[in-house]
Amino acid sequence: MELYDGPLDTKEIFGRWLDEQAESNYGAYIPFVGTIRAEDDIEALSFDIYEPVLQKWFDGWQAKAAALGAVVKMAHSIGDVPVHTSSYVSAVFSPRRRVALELIDEFVEDFKANAPIWKYDVRDGKRIYAADRSTAMNGAGLLA
Amino acid sequence: MIKVEFLGPIGKAPLEMEAETLADVSAKLKEDSTLTAWLDKCAVALNDTMVNDLSTVLKDGDRVSILPPVCGG
Repeated sequence: MELYDGPLDTKEIFGRWLDEQAESNYGAYIPFVGTIRAEDDIEALSFDIYEPVLQKWFDGWQAKAAALGAVVKMAHSIGDVPVHTSSYVSAVFSPRRRVALELIDEFVEDFKANAPIWKYDVRDGKRIYAADRSTAMNGAGLLA
Repeated sequence: MIKVEFLGPIGKAPLEMEAETLADVSAKLKEDSTLTAWLDKCAVALNDTMVNDLSTVLKDGDRVSILPPVCGG
């Protein structure tokens, strides 16, 4: 798992991951890129991350992928990420395509629901929590 | 004494309190009107492991994290 201040250098990250696995005999490599869209007059999105829980969440997915003979990767931004740049990339390597296609779907969807990352719109230099696009994590409401 | 920290957009300084279980933490946090809008949407971690049981026993020095709704990517 890789965390960066500001936008991701997607080509460097994907190229490096590809090089690292060049001799691993994986038949499928499926990258996913999340790009900040220009909408609602935002200048950027901004992110807070709670790394200890994110690392445990990711470790769980690495173990799940390993049980299928696959590898999952991810990188995410911290702080401001301007429109038309990327804040999130992930990828799956696996011996065969079907495992990789299913795993990238499950991995990205669970990432959206349970990775401890908070998103803010940036307008006029101010951060506004994206409450209406956020999802309560598994187990939410325990203390209510 | 345990510590309660509020992550992401909650924007509240950490609290220290006496609590034997997560139920005690719940009772104390419910007294705080600034948290009323958050508690029903927030998940909870104990020493960075997600927890789902109010009867979870706490010990001196434990750290409880309050995690509001997320949106990575």
